[in-house]
Amino acid sequence: MNVSITIDGKKIDCDFSKTVIQVAQENGTSIPHFCWHPSLSVSGNCRMCLVDVGMPKRNREGQIEVDANGNPITQFMPKLAIACSTQVADGMVVETKSDKIINAREAVMEFILINHPLDCPICDEAGECKLQDYAYKHSVGESRFEFEKVQKPKRVAIGKNVMLDNERCIMCSRCIRFCDEIVKEPSLVFSERGDNVTLTTFPGTSLDNSYSMNTIDLCPVGALTSKDFRFKARVWDMSFTDSICVGCSRGCNTTVGVRNNEILRLTPRLNENVNSYWMCDDGRLNTFEFVNKNRIKQPMIKRDGKFSECEWDEAISKTISELKRFSPSEILVIGSPFATNEDNFLLKKFAKQVLKTENICFFNHIVEGNKDELLILEDKTPNSFALKEFGFGNGNNFLQMISEKKIRAVYLLEDNIATDETIVNLLSNVDFIVTHSPNLNATTQIASVVFSSSTYAEKNGTLTNFEGRVQRIRPSVATLEHDRALDGFAMSRLDQFGAHNDRWTKGEKRDARSSWKIILNVANGFGAKWKYNTAEDVFKEICLNVKSFENMSYAKISNKGLLLKKMEMYV
Amino acid sequence: MIKKQIRKNDLNFFQRTYITEIFKGLSLTFRKIFQKKFTRQYPEEKWNPPISFRGRPVLVQEKNGTERCVACMLCARVCPALAIEIQADETFEYSKERYPKKFEINMLRCIFCGFCEEVCPEEAIVMSQEFELVFSSQDEAIFGKDKLLIPKEKLQNRLEFLRQYR
Ligand code: SF4
Ligand code: SF4
Ligand code: SF4
Ligand code: SF4
Ligand code: FES
Repeated sequence: MNVSITIDGKKIDCDFSKTVIQVAQENGTSIPHFCWHPSLSVSGNCRMCLVDVGMPKRNREGQIEVDANGNPITQFMPKLAIACSTQVADGMVVETKSDKIINAREAVMEFILINHPLDCPICDEAGECKLQDYAYKHSVGESRFEFEKVQKPKRVAIGKNVMLDNERCIMCSRCIRFCDEIVKEPSLVFSERGDNVTLTTFPGTSLDNSYSMNTIDLCPVGALTSKDFRFKARVWDMSFTDSICVGCSRGCNTTVGVRNNEILRLTPRLNENVNSYWMCDDGRLNTFEFVNKNRIKQPMIKRDGKFSECEWDEAISKTISELKRFSPSEILVIGSPFATNEDNFLLKKFAKQVLKTENICFFNHIVEGNKDELLILEDKTPNSFALKEFGFGNGNNFLQMISEKKIRAVYLLEDNIATDETIVNLLSNVDFIVTHSPNLNATTQIASVVFSSSTYAEKNGTLTNFEGRVQRIRPSVATLEHDRALDGFAMSRLDQFGAHNDRWTKGEKRDARSSWKIILNVANGFGAKWKYNTAEDVFKEICLNVKSFENMSYAKISNKGLLLKKMEMYV
Repeated sequence: MIKKQIRKNDLNFFQRTYITEIFKGLSLTFRKIFQKKFTRQYPEEKWNPPISFRGRPVLVQEKNGTERCVACMLCARVCPALAIEIQADETFEYSKERYPKKFEINMLRCIFCGFCEEVCPEEAIVMSQEFELVFSSQDEAIFGKDKLLIPKEKLQNRLEFLRQYR
């Protein structure tokens, strides 16, 4: 049922089940709030969202009274009401900007700040803190409180990944409601009363669910901080780039925080169709370490059992001369569910048109039982859907051929397949293995040529998640392939104004390339004459050749993703 | 109106000998010789700047040997020349939570504006009286904690001077 309300003089038609704060936000009026969150239940305890609410005045007969000009007279409630729990009603009039409300907000801020410590200089939240922002926007800027503030425990490790500073807590209860309502593992609670209220875990438990770190993002202040990120950097020194988590096939939307060409933090980014506001702790903590550490910095060739770094041309010509020794049916091409659509598509084209082999497959990485109702999925790769879509076979079907020595050469995209002894033994039957890899691992150990490839944080491309949603990744870490300024990366203040000889612009830049580009170089070495300048060129070809990608483009995918054609009816 | 420039060719013979000009100049020299002297024999004769002077920024070292600084990076943020680089870290040893694991000022970038001193919430960075800075390479100009930390007692004057304006 639709009702009509007026917010700050603007008439709005909306659904009657909504609250004033929702309707206001949807229509471009932001009402300051701490405890309300679109995904959590209404708690109404911070009182920051106070507004003036009125209804048309009616006479005894129930008719709306009008003034001399014929306009209906509004009768406001005697007290201000909180917008987050006031449901809209037909004819309702809401004021959000009058002096009365500004005064009320200033009073609420003054109360909240009474016991808030002057911690901003040492608080990780500073720069992205709601309380700090509101202190500028909605507060008088001076305290009249002359007594000692209440002291509470600081630096309480309430969970494996989360640190609590009780003095900074403004008792909004967002973190409590998140555990109760979203994760459904209640673990936090308030104890004590009045100004002694303290956030605490249930006796003998700690905040250790798989999503605990979302409370850090939810916390409007710096009461909950990440143990991992703690004190690593100020937010204003980092650049932020939209990306996708590669921890599992959900493909949670993320924001990558980079300083000095090093990833310091991943945070979830809102996408109602994929991950809402959340991401799991594993994804947040374990998917950027391999970008920063243990990298292959340059192509390598194995000579007499030892790797030596070499130039790209050398590694490419070595690969070509080796591959030419085998007949097409002896070559196996293995795609990677960790690489992008573009990488895998070009790999398949390379296999079919250049190597002329039909042996094209990939390996799944399923961890059985490791899933839950919220986000985490068993398939621990971000792009297996696309490989099936492109017609890559199941890798296990080719193991037999390897053991029978029918396969003598393997071209492998970024995937550490030699994780157990049986596969290592099997692969020892193969004469020549060439692999792309960003990191040193068991598989690169047994390869003959290793191309240093870019990680998801260093290239443009798309990934297709478990339900067939194609999502964009963009580079946030510079390699020799991409320049931060020239290639339009997100730039922090330090990136913009630092000179080349400043130490903080000297973060390591590896000589890595996007996999599709390496495949392009190898194919052209075989005389293929392919012309792709960007990942987008490859994507355009995917859209022309793969039915379910029809009519897609990077522009249409933008930062919310796009469902594959054939999947649209299922969702 | 632009004054017409006089070129050598425009001068007559007498003017070209410069004799009058030389005597004019020498008379000034002789007059000044007997007046009060303003120059000093630097560097033999040192100059002690007034307390309001902004010399190189230094960090205040507490009695226990640690810096006052809590690595809030406000000075690094406000520094118009981007001279300051800090890496914070957590500490459990002192009453504070964080400290600067690395604190470097690039003295080739510093313009001695004093903004860092003004913004610091801890009175941890102050402008010293030191103005003699010599480096022989770019790297030498980057002062780490070893060069920046100065015991509090030595900075007492400046700290008291700052108090007047708080
Ligand atoms: S929570 Fe916000 S207001 Fe409080 S100390 Fe941290 S930055 Fe400042
Ligand atoms: S810790 Fe943060 S989210 Fe939790 S109640 Fe306190 S202020 Fe709210
Ligand atoms: S004096 Fe000015 S330029 Fe020098 S370090 Fe401080 S803020 Fe930067
Ligand atoms: S402003 Fe003061 S406390 Fe903050 S980092 Fe600079 S010197 Fe340290
Ligand atoms: S947002 Fe409405 S009371 Fe907190």
